[in-house]
Amino acid sequence: MTEIRSAAQVEKALSQLTDQVRDAFSEPPLVIGLHTGGVWVANALCQRLGWPSPATLDVSLYRDDFDTTGLKRSGATEGMPAQLQGDHILLVDDVLFTGRTVRAALNVLFDYGRPGRIDLAILFDRGGRELPIQPSFLGEDLGAMGQSRCKLSGPEPLVLIAPRSE
Amino acid sequence: MHGPASLQLTPDGRLKHLLTTEGLPKSLITELLDTAESFLSSQGQPVKKVPLLRGRTVVNLFFENSTRTRTTFDIAAHRLSADVVNLDIRTSSTAKGETLFDTLKNLEAMQADLFVVRHSAGGAPFFIANRVTPHIAVINAGDGTHAHPTQGLLDLMTIRKHKGDPANLSVAIVGDLKHSRVARSLIHGLKGMGCPDIRAIGPGTLLPSDLPHLGVQTFHSLADGLAGVDVVVLLRLQKERMSSALLPSEREFFNLYGMTEERLKWADPNAIVMHPGPINRGVEIANEVADGPQAVILDQVTNGIAIRMAVMAMTLSTQQEVSS
Repeated sequence: MTEIRSAAQVEKALSQLTDQVRDAFSEPPLVIGLHTGGVWVANALCQRLGWPSPATLDVSLYRDDFDTTGLKRSGATEGMPAQLQGDHILLVDDVLFTGRTVRAALNVLFDYGRPGRIDLAILFDRGGRELPIQPSFLGEDLGAMGQSRCKLSGPEPLVLIAPRSE
Repeated sequence: MHGPASLQLTPDGRLKHLLTTEGLPKSLITELLDTAESFLSSQGQPVKKVPLLRGRTVVNLFFENSTRTRTTFDIAAHRLSADVVNLDIRTSSTAKGETLFDTLKNLEAMQADLFVVRHSAGGAPFFIANRVTPHIAVINAGDGTHAHPTQGLLDLMTIRKHKGDPANLSVAIVGDLKHSRVARSLIHGLKGMGCPDIRAIGPGTLLPSDLPHLGVQTFHSLADGLAGVDVVVLLRLQKERMSSALLPSEREFFNLYGMTEERLKWADPNAIVMHPGPINRGVEIANEVADGPQAVILDQVTNGIAIRMAVMAMTLSTQQEVSS
């Protein structure tokens, strides 16, 4: 296991992200963490801001790679309201790369109704976008380091690692 | 793994077809139940339509009539955004003399991805799974008196949800086990999950002789068999059996084995009562039990949709990797 960002470095990115989010919201939005790493980040974020626990979202049924990778379940959707109507949503994920996971999440949210506004909080940006999706709040841009695969390991401590070769 | 059961798994142990619960490893059953539970929303209802199987074609091949089972497969496929074709084989090509094999080849040529098969002959889905092209998945929706694996799995899901791990439970199955593919699939599923105490209760004429081989204890007395059980599974008494010499009458059956509020007290006070439906009130189950607090019969129906969604998603997921 190769460490790309140590626990201390992840902590720095997390407080960077927390500060941005704190400045942007006068009252808590509906925070939604994407399984699995995004849920850890959303939990940490809400805890630091004194906000209610985040909802969690499983987007595996909306992914566009069923044709190549099949069904990959990650975790359960929990804490979502029965319907979204004009809600301000803060979507949280650990690593942003192609943007396809966020695309899937947006589609899930619109199946719940009509969100009023959706912001995106990302801990690490790898670049490599294949869709016109950008974070509203960002912990750290990985720059050239983003070219290699990485994922957050957690929930305690949070460390950014290179997954074993797949 | 041996015999025809191995037909449903890939060499690395994933689900390719679902033909029987016999020989399914605990890890795979658990994965199926977990996946099915994830298809239930936090309100306990199956999730609204999701795009997972968009563009896939599910063909319901029903050689034996069953509106209820077919409807649940229909709903499951629609919830996953698959296209569904219902083929009532009895009224179609086979009636015109086409062989089953030729019918299959035609459906394959129409780019079907999944066959849901019900047949009055035990083994028919195996025959089909053996002969379809590799990218097609086959789900057994009931074959003769042999197996009804999605029913067995939805029963396991219901048991696990209400009573926890089957490895710690006593389960009694009451009624006509001899002609019941539902009972057979549940027994194999319970064995797979490590259930230590499975009991069969009924008259000797309705209990198959191989139950002891399956590790099932048999009882002719309802009072003895129900003692302390956590789960009571009632089976439908099929009217057509009544005409044979196996049973004197419906009334006689109810007098001896019908589940009443009084008799249910023989089981554990927190026991749940299950029934695969359709129920015959006053034959195998009394009104006050069917409508009582211990009955989870309608929950079984809801779980049935989630289980069928899970089986479709998992088999097609495996087939995808086989063909790519």
